[in-house]
Amino acid sequence: MILVIAEQHSGGKLNRATWETIVAAQQLASLLGGDASLSGGDVSLSSGDVSRSSGDVSRSSGDVSRSSGDRASALSITVLVPGASVGSVAAELAAAEVHEVVTVESAALESYTPDGFTAALQDAITQLSPSHVLLPHTYQTRDFAPKLAARMDRALLTDVTASKTAGSEIAFVRPMFQGKLTADVVPQGPAPHFVAFQIGAYRVDQVVKGAAPAAVRALSVTVDASAIREKPEAPFQQAKQAVDLSQAERIVSVGRGIKEQANIALAQKLAEALGAEIAASRPICDAGWLPMERQVGSSGQTVAPKLYLALGISGAIQHLVGMKGSSTVVAINKDPDAPIFEIADYGIVGDLFEIVPAIIEAVKH
Amino acid sequence: MKIAVCIKQVPTREWQPRLNDDKTWIRDQDASFEMNEPDAYALEEALRLKEKHGGEVVVCSAGPARVSQVIREALARGADRAIHVEDDGLASADAFVTSGALAGAMQDEQFDLTLTGLQSDDQGFAQVGVILAERLGQPHATIIMEVQVQAPSAGSGQAATLRVKRELEGGWFQWVAMPLPAVLTIQSGINQLRYATLKGIMAAKKKEVRKAAVPAGLAGKQKIVSLYVPEKGKKTQLIGGSPAEAAKELVRRLRDEARVIA
Repeated sequence: MILVIAEQHSGGKLNRATWETIVAAQQLASLLGGDASLSGGDVSLSSGDVSRSSGDVSRSSGDVSRSSGDRASALSITVLVPGASVGSVAAELAAAEVHEVVTVESAALESYTPDGFTAALQDAITQLSPSHVLLPHTYQTRDFAPKLAARMDRALLTDVTASKTAGSEIAFVRPMFQGKLTADVVPQGPAPHFVAFQIGAYRVDQVVKGAAPAAVRALSVTVDASAIREKPEAPFQQAKQAVDLSQAERIVSVGRGIKEQANIALAQKLAEALGAEIAASRPICDAGWLPMERQVGSSGQTVAPKLYLALGISGAIQHLVGMKGSSTVVAINKDPDAPIFEIADYGIVGDLFEIVPAIIEAVKH
Repeated sequence: MKIAVCIKQVPTREWQPRLNDDKTWIRDQDASFEMNEPDAYALEEALRLKEKHGGEVVVCSAGPARVSQVIREALARGADRAIHVEDDGLASADAFVTSGALAGAMQDEQFDLTLTGLQSDDQGFAQVGVILAERLGQPHATIIMEVQVQAPSAGSGQAATLRVKRELEGGWFQWVAMPLPAVLTIQSGINQLRYATLKGIMAAKKKEVRKAAVPAGLAGKQKIVSLYVPEKGKKTQLIGGSPAEAAKELVRRLRDEARVIA
């Protein structure tokens, strides 16, 4: 059984990344179901083609195109919703084609704490004994998943973008060395194996919905509130986001390649010429060269403009998750192997200090 | 206050990856290395806490012999002494092994506070700090942007308390309090880094570096079966020529092909 751990925002709203994780679970279930011993159906999945095949599946309105093996494997998924009051989120998630939704409710889980969530989830996982525990790789799961896996002495793979077969085993694909390389990794040791998926690696619109809502049941766990050492205060926003980059049609974004603060003016000139907002990757805002509110990436804003022009941005994953929804991406970088070129539509390899003035000139004509 | 800072040595940003013969790891001998950036911020934060509250900063690193380069750099910036868990196998170790190696060497030191970067620029697990806390039986908080230590008044018999600002997603933050000892993973940009002075570099030469061995029985929990250059998700149209030619051609395509500029 594959167990998906759902995540709520502090307001009690479902984190959409949970749906992505359900898609990851449905595709992993198909892979596992492809094993003859687990499946009675004629599942034929070529490795590496996972996303495409189940994308087709989700587009068909009925279950006509789904083999019985796929069905059976999707029904081996359980979604677990931890929190203080999770009824509505559980009902929302029951729309997915899964075996069941299990709620784990405790007053001690009202505010997120690593001690509280680790205790509750360890209890629940021990009761359910899944083969895999899937989570979104969010800031919250980064905080507790390593603790939970370490306490249970089990493997945890983070920042995973895909699953595939590797011989007789299932391998998980994850970036390494800031995205310069990719690794196929096989978790070692006994089940369950914990796998946290990179945000945006799976598309929510590929989720397979069930013909009828899945069953929802409550699981009781023991959480000793007095053993929770962390005392969280209410979340807050540092400053009102004066700049809403998510609405920008065009963005010129600068990274380390801009070299010094004085050069920001050059990027600003280009932004003006293109009618674009200026934005930056994290190191630029850390250095104070542009305000934090102009930061794009996992810790900043998520943007999806028509044009995203990346100047001297290498393309670390933390940045890419914030901008890969852009329709047209242009990368200008001196390093031809920079990961930004993997998602760019147009690329110029060269010195941005020569190229940017030339673009400003060319736009005028 | 006795503060530990766990630092890792990682390939430099300019490093061009080359794979070993069985394509499961990099050719280590071709790489140049530097201190993992978030760990440098953790070190700076530890030095600032020491300046404020007194005590000692001890740098801990688990890695092969080459790691002594970043240990010396940390000592030159102001750390008081170091612990080096030395083993060639640690170069490619997973988070379970790295945290186990660090915990073994740190166990008896009774640190009040342990800081490390939120993740490393090589394997990028974002796990070592949290697992280390679990192995040491301490509370933790991750992705920290501010650290407040409230020392108790002398003779009050009360323990010092810790209050930290956690970064959440999308521009949100949260303060969390917890008892010491504790482990924090530090976010880049929490402070402004200092550089080593000549005096610091000279002083570092005399500072103690204790070598420790990897505890027996530590087994990895993930195996890299294949390492490769990522397949491109999109077909990038590379535009060549002189800067002026390339710029002109880019603008043409953005206007006529992509239709994203006027």
